[in-house]
Amino acid sequence: MLYDVIIIGGGPAGLTAGIYTSRSKLKTLILDQGMPGGQLILTHEIANYPGAESLSGYMLASKMLQQAKSFGCEVKSNAKIKDLHLQGSIKKISLENGDVFESKSIIIATGGISREIGASNEKELKGRGVSYCATCDGDFFQDKNIIAVGGGNSALEEAVSLTKYASSVTIVHMLDNFQAFDYAVKEAKENPKINFVMESRITKFIGNERLEAVEIEHIPTGEKREQKIDGVFVFIGYVPNTKFLEGKVALNERGEIKVTRDLETNIEGVFAAGDSIEKKYRQVTIATGEGTIAALSAAEFVHRN
Amino acid sequence: MTNLSHVMSADDHKKVIEQNENVMICCGRMGPMCIPVYGAMEELESEYQNIKFYDMEFDTPDARVIRNAPECNGFMGLPFVVYYKNGKIVHASSSILSKDQIKSVLDKHFQ
Ligand SMILES: Cc1cc2nc3c(=O)[nH]c(=O)nc-3n(C[C@H](O)[C@H](O)[C@H](O)COP(=O)(O)OP(=O)(O)OC[C@H]3O[C@@H](n4cnc5c(N)ncnc54)[C@H](O)[C@@H]3O)c2cc1C
Repeated sequence: MLYDVIIIGGGPAGLTAGIYTSRSKLKTLILDQGMPGGQLILTHEIANYPGAESLSGYMLASKMLQQAKSFGCEVKSNAKIKDLHLQGSIKKISLENGDVFESKSIIIATGGISREIGASNEKELKGRGVSYCATCDGDFFQDKNIIAVGGGNSALEEAVSLTKYASSVTIVHMLDNFQAFDYAVKEAKENPKINFVMESRITKFIGNERLEAVEIEHIPTGEKREQKIDGVFVFIGYVPNTKFLEGKVALNERGEIKVTRDLETNIEGVFAAGDSIEKKYRQVTIATGEGTIAALSAAEFVHRN
Repeated sequence: MTNLSHVMSADDHKKVIEQNENVMICCGRMGPMCIPVYGAMEELESEYQNIKFYDMEFDTPDARVIRNAPECNGFMGLPFVVYYKNGKIVHASSSILSKDQIKSVLDKHFQ
């Protein structure tokens, strides 16, 4: 099956690109390894998407998906890519289930995922005291003592929101200062339930049936100590979903896709948009804007060739 | 709500697990960690016709039949996902799952 545009990733960037290309009558397919919606689905409430004063991320994603489909965009979820061939005028994508798709152009919009700490026992205790979502799991920690890991906006904001439930929240951060906006730091510092352990990191999660304690290392001295704790919430940023592109598309040292102003990669006819590209800010409005640019660039490329 | 069949009460739950050999129930909310699991289950329904797929609202009082199951002891992440064979829990997990993770449990317990 030959498409004009195949979009890899169905988050806000990919869905927006799909709306534009299918509306301009280009035969378009979105492939997502999971459910379309991306990190939007992980966002309880979006308050800064213009025109939608307050909407759940899930609702916003469903509307974008519906809109793309209404213009004839095809969407395939749980599509696991086995191999991709990006050189030449016809690009080829093979899935693990044996399906093969061909396209004149490709837009990569694979976004990113929460970074894990990488300490021992972290995976085993996920859902048993280790969490990556305050809005999902916060209320399991009513009157409990918990740790929030990280030093950016989301870590500090989520730590404050967790004080609704927890009796204490300890912020553990690797550096001696925060990368968050001043208002977020101020709000956390003024909250009597929050205390800070700076220049430190978790090196071990301890517990069988559920998390009981963590081992914390003070980085400058290397000293380690054990602390009893009921829960740990991890907010240490995101890694781009670009591992599968290594050796196929130029990436920077952080694994982000290198792009031109028109969001073309180093491979002709291959474009990229959203959280997976090289940039400073990561927001839904930016992802949708870039989805638009990549779609228009891809459309121009298809018409030109 | 999801497109899955719903377990609405404790009585309903009893009937569902007694009258079906293989049952998977995802007990959660319409939240970030739960929605992807419901979505994967909706897709698996046609693939695994020998298994019944249900959701249950975590915040209804009757969801205690799942929340308080000994197999869910220590769970502190949504959703709680339980798998029943002939009315008995054969597996349970806490927090988000990918479609592949669900498939590996289904293939192991419901062959
Ligand atoms: C908890 C949380 C709260 C947030 N709150 C806000 C907010 O309030 N306002 C705001 O503007 N932004 C917010 N953000 C950021 C925002 O969600 C992202 O900037 C935005 O979703 C990025 O869109 P994207 O399309 O680039 O990538 P994503 O949303 O990450 O979507 C990428 C998609 O690609 C798919 N994919 C990945 N790899 C592959 C592959 N190999 N093959 C096929 N498919 C693949 C994924 O399954 C996913 O569906 C928040 C993020 C999080 C996690």
